[in-house]
Amino acid sequence: MFWQQLINGLTLGSTYALIALGYTMVYGIIQLINFAHGEIYMFGAFAGLFLVTRFGVNVFVAMLGAMIFCMLLGMLVERIAYRPLRGRSSRLSALISAIGVSIFLSTLMVLIRGPQTDRYPDTIEISSFSLGPVQVSSLQVIILLVAALLMLGLQVFIHKTKMGKAMRACSEDLDASSLMGVNVNRVISFTFALGSALAAAGGVMVGLYYNAVWPYMGLMAGLKAFAAAVLGGIGSIPGAMLGGLCSGVLEIFGVAYLASSYRDAIAFGILIVVLLVRPQGILGKPISKKV
Amino acid sequence: MIVMEQYLTQYIDPYYVRIAVLLGINIVLALGLNLITGVTGQLSMGHAGFMSIGAYTAAIMSIHAGTSFGISLLGGALMAAAFGFLIGVPTLRLEGDYLAMVTIGFAEIVRVVFLNLDIAGRAIGLSGIPSETGFLNVWLVAVLVIFLNTRLLKSRTGRALYAIREDEIAAQASGINTTFYKIFAFVIGSFLGGLAGGFYAHYMTYINPQDFGFMKSIELLNMVVLGGMGSIPGTILGSVVLTLAPEMLRMVAEYRLLFYGGLLVLMMIFRPNGLLGDVRWYDIRKRLARNGVKSYGTA
Repeated sequence: MFWQQLINGLTLGSTYALIALGYTMVYGIIQLINFAHGEIYMFGAFAGLFLVTRFGVNVFVAMLGAMIFCMLLGMLVERIAYRPLRGRSSRLSALISAIGVSIFLSTLMVLIRGPQTDRYPDTIEISSFSLGPVQVSSLQVIILLVAALLMLGLQVFIHKTKMGKAMRACSEDLDASSLMGVNVNRVISFTFALGSALAAAGGVMVGLYYNAVWPYMGLMAGLKAFAAAVLGGIGSIPGAMLGGLCSGVLEIFGVAYLASSYRDAIAFGILIVVLLVRPQGILGKPISKKV
Repeated sequence: MIVMEQYLTQYIDPYYVRIAVLLGINIVLALGLNLITGVTGQLSMGHAGFMSIGAYTAAIMSIHAGTSFGISLLGGALMAAAFGFLIGVPTLRLEGDYLAMVTIGFAEIVRVVFLNLDIAGRAIGLSGIPSETGFLNVWLVAVLVIFLNTRLLKSRTGRALYAIREDEIAAQASGINTTFYKIFAFVIGSFLGGLAGGFYAHYMTYINPQDFGFMKSIELLNMVVLGGMGSIPGTILGSVVLTLAPEMLRMVAEYRLLFYGGLLVLMMIFRPNGLLGDVRWYDIRKRLARNGVKSYGTA
């Protein structure tokens, strides 16, 4: 029972982690809670679905297509709704703008295809095998593997490439990096693209795993992923991964051992308790205020 | 008062009366949130949580304890204020977005708890709440709240709250007890949220946990930011605009929310500090007076 729930929790958690990465990267650089991120994830799930049903492509190809689509979407959103505000308005106005985008995108999806729930066709054969006492489905293995690969790739990218270095510099100090010749706008745009691509991958995998995609799926997933990012320490990339996995596992355990009807409250309850003990999150660095 | 209420509902289109009542409720809600977020600068994204606590407490008191409307309202408001205190004390260590997350989480937990509470009717919601709220009592309270809020913000306490928003460390260095004032803002803000919730419950006569979801909190935050953070006239204007906007946008039917979302983005691009930035009643009066003198002088 325990190990079974752990596997289920890790599967859910790895999708939270993929979404949380987008929140944390954007936050790390421009201190904006990108509320439209949940909707990007939803668009990713639908883009994948569209590719699978219309063109009958392989799920992995569909995931790749969804990632590319969401990259463009993320950059477009940043360009239209956030860049004009940057530097001349408070962070709260940017937040409201993000909320506006979020409402806009979810309504747009309802207008495009109606509010009903759709399911992914059975394109991959799901076999389950037992690993000792645990039943693992091949889908869970795929999700865990893909998530692990993407996160590993992200780590390599952030630490080994020039753009990754620029991103780290920007999250350290935006103005100083701009003075050092980093093209800040390009870095921010790229950060949005990267975060959106990861969210799209998460969207396709959740769509496959729960066999359901609907236009409002982004709201709760976005909130929980944001909670996961905060739990891990917002702005910290390993923190988002850890936070995502932790909240997925704890949510599944909460449902299994406590009360299933309190599912949505569990994630937030844990978060509040952790923040009260460690206000900067698990891996976040305490910020010393400059006077 | 009952006679006047009847007079009103007889001669004015019930549709307009309904919008006016909801506007009054929204103004009280938004002024409460304005105190926390606009004036004191503590980003709260869970104001609907306080509203739902007030609504459910007042409704349960009216239905099960048979208390009078006034007592139920007060009970709901006090209960919300108590939770505001409970949330306010430990969260003072948190800042900015961490606080935002805790308030979102709090409102979500409140929603899920009401979804599972037998006395609150679970997911079916609570119906059969006596219909007590009318145009007059809502607006009487709303005007009173506006007046008291204006007085409060002009007082020593109000200036202390503004100081915390501008620079917490400087405020502390100037001898302001920031802990006390932050809790104070939270308690008063959630009291107003609970009060408005009670009015809402006794107007709709039916409430459901989904009425007080994340989107409701966001709508309230939009009112405060859109109007102008920390400004009472601004918050009122924001409430008016965002209460009327969905009604006006009815003509675009299913594109309503699309426009709403797009408008939020455009507003923030063109008026990033809200419609009325930090304008206070005083500034408006001054400007009107100045204009008056000018036109007199040039004539």
